[in-house]
Amino acid sequence: MNVLSCVKRVPNTGAKIVLTEDNQRIDTSNLGFTMSPHEECAIEEAVQLAEDHGGSAHVLTLGPEEATEQLRTGLAMQADEATLLESGGEEWGPRATANAIADVIDDLEDEFGAFDLLLFGNESADMGNCQVGVRLARRLGLPCVTGIRSLDVDDGVAVAKREISGGEEVYEVDLPAVVTVKEGINEPRYASMRAKMQARRKEVSRREPTGEAGPGTFEKIRLEAPETDDSPAEILGEGVDAAPAIVEVLASEVEIL
Amino acid sequence: MILSFVEHESGVPDELSLESLTMAREIATGTGEPLEAAVLGAEGGALADELGPYGVEEVHHVVHDRLDGEGYAPQAWGESIAQLAADLDAGTVTGPSTDRGHEVLAHAGATLDAPMATNCTAVDVDNGAYELERNRWGGSLIEHARLEGEPTLVTAAEHEYPVEEADAAVEPAVSEFSPSLPDTAFAVQLDRVETSDEEGIALGEARVVVGGGRGVGNPDDYDQLETLADLLDGTVGASRAAVNEGWRPHDDQIGQTGAKISPDIYIACGISGAIQHMVGCKGAENILAINTDPEAAIIQKADYAVIGDLHDVVPALNEELEERS
Ligand SMILES: Cc1cc2nc3c(=O)[nH]c(=O)nc-3n(C[C@H](O)[C@H](O)[C@H](O)COP(=O)(O)OP(=O)(O)OC[C@H]3O[C@@H](n4cnc5c(N)ncnc54)[C@H](O)[C@@H]3O)c2cc1C
Repeated sequence: MNVLSCVKRVPNTGAKIVLTEDNQRIDTSNLGFTMSPHEECAIEEAVQLAEDHGGSAHVLTLGPEEATEQLRTGLAMQADEATLLESGGEEWGPRATANAIADVIDDLEDEFGAFDLLLFGNESADMGNCQVGVRLARRLGLPCVTGIRSLDVDDGVAVAKREISGGEEVYEVDLPAVVTVKEGINEPRYASMRAKMQARRKEVSRREPTGEAGPGTFEKIRLEAPETDDSPAEILGEGVDAAPAIVEVLASEVEIL
Repeated sequence: MILSFVEHESGVPDELSLESLTMAREIATGTGEPLEAAVLGAEGGALADELGPYGVEEVHHVVHDRLDGEGYAPQAWGESIAQLAADLDAGTVTGPSTDRGHEVLAHAGATLDAPMATNCTAVDVDNGAYELERNRWGGSLIEHARLEGEPTLVTAAEHEYPVEEADAAVEPAVSEFSPSLPDTAFAVQLDRVETSDEEGIALGEARVVVGGGRGVGNPDDYDQLETLADLLDGTVGASRAAVNEGWRPHDDQIGQTGAKISPDIYIACGISGAIQHMVGCKGAENILAINTDPEAAIIQKADYAVIGDLHDVVPALNEELEERS
C-alpha cells in the first residue's frame, strides 16, 4: 500500500520564545527547526505500514526551500520518496494549505501510484488549526478520521482508535482515507548516521503550490508572548537536607498532608 | 445569529461546550444577535431545559434516522451543522475545542467553504469583522488576528472561558431540523467504544502529580517517584524526553502534545522546564522543582525548588513522609 504523510517545518523553541521586533514571527536566528511531533509519528506510521504491507511511504511538505531538511529527516526514517511544495516562506492558512495539497495529489499519483492512505498530524505544533486533514479529505471526497492514537490496516479497511476519557472510540473505514494522528501512536525511529547520509543523496521532487484560500479571510495581526510570572522559586534547600522543608511546605502551604 | 454546537452525554451538556457558550454569548451580546444552539444525537432534544440558563434562545435538535440511532458520524454531523447554519443564516458557528468540536466544525467549515479560527481566548466583533486572540504553540504564544466570512467558525480554547450563566435565563424554544445527508457523509461512523481497565488516578484529575524527566536517567528509578506519588495519593507523569527514551508510556506525557494537568501541586523531578512542557502544567496551583541545575528554566517558573540530585532528594523525602505517617 502507498501512504502519503504530510508534515510541517516549525522552529524548535526551547524554554523561552523570543519574537521578532515587529511581533510577526518567532525570532529563529538562534533556533533550529524540527517537524511537528504528531507529524513525525505520521511518517513513522507510513513507513511501518509500507514495510508491513508492501508499497511505499511518501513524505510531503508545504514550506520554504529549507523545509527540504525535514523531508530528508523523513527519508532518513526510511520514507521512499519526498515532495516539496515550495511556499516561499510566508505562512499559509489551513484552507490554502489543504487546497494546495489536494491540487497536487493527482499529479503525485500519476507519478508514484495511487495513495491508499493520507496521514496528517492532528494539528501542527505552531498553528494548532485542527482542520487541514478534514478540509483536504472533503476536497478529495475521501473519508476522514481525526486524532488517532492507534491504526491497523487489513484488507483495505483501516481500524482507527481515538482516546476519550475512560477508553477509546473505534472507527472502521474503507481505504483510501485521510487519517490525522496524535503523538503516542508509535515511537518514531531515530535515523542512523548511515540513513541520514543516504537520505542526503535521495531526490526530492519539487512542485509549485497553487491553493486558493477560499471566500472570507483569516489574517494574523501580530503575535504576543503571554505574561508569565518569572519571579524565582523559593529555594527550600539543597540535596537531602531539603526533605523536612518540603514536607513542611506540603503540610502547611499546599495543605495536602 | 450565533449558532453554538453543544456536545452532550445523554442530554447533559459537556463542560467545554458550556465554556464555549460563554464565548458565544459574549459574541452575541456584542453584536446584538440572538444565541441559538445546535444539538445532535439521541436525547439531544432533552437539552432545552439545560441550556436556558446560558442564554440560549432556541435549541435546534437535528433529527435524521441515521443520526439518532447509529453512532457518531463526523462528516454527517458537520454537514448537518452547515445546513442548519445556512438555513438560519447564522453569522457565526461556535463550538468547544474538543476532538469532536474541532472535527465537526472543520467539516462544517469545509461544507460551507468558510474560515475557521480554533482555540480562541478572546473575541471582539466590530462591524461584522472579528478581532480575536487565539492560542498558538499550545498556549505558549497568543495570536491576534482578524476573521471575516459568511459565516465564520470559532472554537473556544479549553478552560479559557468560565462556565457562566446569563444575567437572565430564558426558556428556549425547541425546533427540529432535518438535514438531507448523502450516504457518503456516513463513510466514517463510530463503530464502538472500548473502555479501558486501567487503574490509578488519571493525570488530568490528580491532585498531586510527580513528574519525571530526562534527569531520572533510566526507567527503574521511576520507582522512587511512584513511591512518592503513592505517599501523596497522587500519580506519576513524564516529560517528552523521558517518553522518547521509552522510560514511560506516552499516556504519562505532560505538555503540548500530552496531558494538561491541574493538580494542587506538581513535583517536577529532573525536568528542565521547556515551554512545551510548561503549557501542560500551567494549571497547577503550585510547582516544586527538584533539579541539579540552579539555572534550569523550571526554577524560574516553579514556586518552590530544591537544588539537588533527585536520586538523593526523592528517597529522603519518601523517608520523611513515611516517618510522618
Ligand atoms: C512541537 C513540540 C512539542 C513538544 N511537546 C512536548 C510535550 O508535550 N511535553 C514535553 O515534556 N516536552 C515537549 N516537547 C519537548 C520539549 O521541548 C523538551 O525537549 C522536553 O520537555 C525536555 O524534557 P526534559 O526536561 O525531561 O529533559 P531535558 O531538557 O534534558 O532536561 C533534563 C533536566 O534534568 C536535570 N537533571 C539531570 N539530572 C538530574 C538529576 N540527577 N537530578 C535532578 N535533576 C537532574 C537537568 O538539569 C535538566 O534541567 C515538545 C517539543 C516540541 C518541538
